[in-house]
Amino acid sequence: MRPFKFSTTADSNEVSKILIANPHARLLGGGTNLLDLMKEDVERPTELVEVGNIDVMKIVSPASATGSVVIPAVEKNARTANDPAIRENFPMLSQAILSGASAQIRNMATNGGNLNQRTRCTYFYDVAMPCNKREPGSGCGAMKGLNRMHAIFGWSDKCVAVHPSDMCVALAALDAVVKVQGANGKQRSIPFTAYHRLPGDQPQKDNTLQPGELITAIEIPRNNFAENSYYLKVRDRASYAFALISVAAAMELKNNKIVRVSIAMGGVAHKPWRASVAEKYLLHKEATEANFKIAAANEMKLAKPLEHNLYKVELGRKALVRALMQAANGGKTI
Amino acid sequence: MTDQKQAADFNEDEKKIIEDMITGDPEDMTIFGVSRRQFLKQLAVITGGFAAAQYIGPDELFAAPSVLAPGTIPINSIENGVNASFNVNGAPVALEVDSRMTLLDSLREKLQLTGTKKGCDHGQCGACTVIIDGNRVLSCLTLTACCQGKNVTTIEGLAKNNQLHPMQTAFIKHDGFQCGYCTPGQICSAVALMDEAKKGEASYLTENIREKPVSVQLSDDEIRERMSGNICRCGAYPNIIAAIKEVHSGKEAAQNWQFA
Repeated sequence: MRPFKFSTTADSNEVSKILIANPHARLLGGGTNLLDLMKEDVERPTELVEVGNIDVMKIVSPASATGSVVIPAVEKNARTANDPAIRENFPMLSQAILSGASAQIRNMATNGGNLNQRTRCTYFYDVAMPCNKREPGSGCGAMKGLNRMHAIFGWSDKCVAVHPSDMCVALAALDAVVKVQGANGKQRSIPFTAYHRLPGDQPQKDNTLQPGELITAIEIPRNNFAENSYYLKVRDRASYAFALISVAAAMELKNNKIVRVSIAMGGVAHKPWRASVAEKYLLHKEATEANFKIAAANEMKLAKPLEHNLYKVELGRKALVRALMQAANGGKTI
Repeated sequence: MTDQKQAADFNEDEKKIIEDMITGDPEDMTIFGVSRRQFLKQLAVITGGFAAAQYIGPDELFAAPSVLAPGTIPINSIENGVNASFNVNGAPVALEVDSRMTLLDSLREKLQLTGTKKGCDHGQCGACTVIIDGNRVLSCLTLTACCQGKNVTTIEGLAKNNQLHPMQTAFIKHDGFQCGYCTPGQICSAVALMDEAKKGEASYLTENIREKPVSVQLSDDEIRERMSGNICRCGAYPNIIAAIKEVHSGKEAAQNWQFA
């Protein structure tokens, strides 16, 4: 690991100043991804600022009048997943968090850090390999390399990596809002689906945060999805593995008719992928397996698989149907 | 089934071996309230390293404790040196470390608490699991600098008053290891899991996730899911699950092995 200065402060404005003055400064949350990347020499910060004490990142807001729930950026994933209000109102978010990593890592990882974790693309991790995300202009090792784990939607000729988070897939489906604060305390809200970005010509940029900005909280608006939602994760082993495909499926039913539906997929793109084609097909239709199958097939028609991940198209189709079936069945296994 | 032993039915020879190994010598100097020899013996029991305890003296295995008082090394002698004061197994420690030093390395290299193991050093195997403020975490991905004011419990801190922690006893009884390298992490993880289950914390397998958290009884599948962060290269999983299940249920289960 390269040398770095370690500091801790409660003052968010001070943190913004550090981040603007030093582009090589990084915020340290749980460290579950950042420290690993530093040991691999992928991340080379010269300064780490511990987030645990930063005032605006740990504010627990009381339930708002609109029924939205705000989760602080520094709160640990495990705590958020087990918050009774989250379990009751947004069970899909608890499931998504609990499907990720291990109990130890969920006890360490922060909510803000979950959003800002980097891809687990093996070419990104291996400093002996070319990677446009790690070293812009060096090329993409995965494009013509081993790309079984990689994207089938929204990739560019610069990068085919996928975003590794489960939590973010649920947050994308729940239309969450990312609250950020920049220099001089300037605040703004970013719709979750606009927070992460597709690789395009700048795969080194995972998200739309501006220099000096930090995530303070994530707001989840009230919805009526709690009865009929499910987070399905398909992976190489039963637990403690990144998703090959995951699906966050949520719907509001009236007499088995879908009056609102929200679907996002993980393991398929550089950001959580909203399955808007499937959503559009299902709106105002009956919640039946036949309709789910058509919606899933329509969505997956848009996939552009690489050399080794053609399987994700069929797996994605089946995962969409299974997640939707389970959501329609009150979240219970069919 | 007739020759399977019930409950904690160690025979006299087995009892003697275990008792002998956890009996401390008051003359020994102490580390965090546990004598070095006793600690070594406990470690031997914990990791199943019976042979090691018999043939290698403590002094050959461990250097003298070198807990450095603050100020021992001037802070400016380390580039990016940081101070951290925290509790380890109930005893206060104050360290000056390189900002890069992980809790795992501080425990092993500075505090001589080598029960916590370095497996992958990348947060993938769980061998370095310790308990901080009641939560199981990975010490290899925790900076020492971030431990300021916290309470760290390692495998060395689980036994109390010459009594192994029930989880340690159960791991021995059910032979929850072969080489023993992952065992301290497995046990710390399992100890924290018992609290999580009591608090009704959910897992990905929880069906009724919307219901109010109440103490949960873990199935074998639930134990597997919740212990998935601890990898055992020897594949002792069935015995690890048997040990955890016995402590979790409070019901004594038959031991399925015995000394030849």
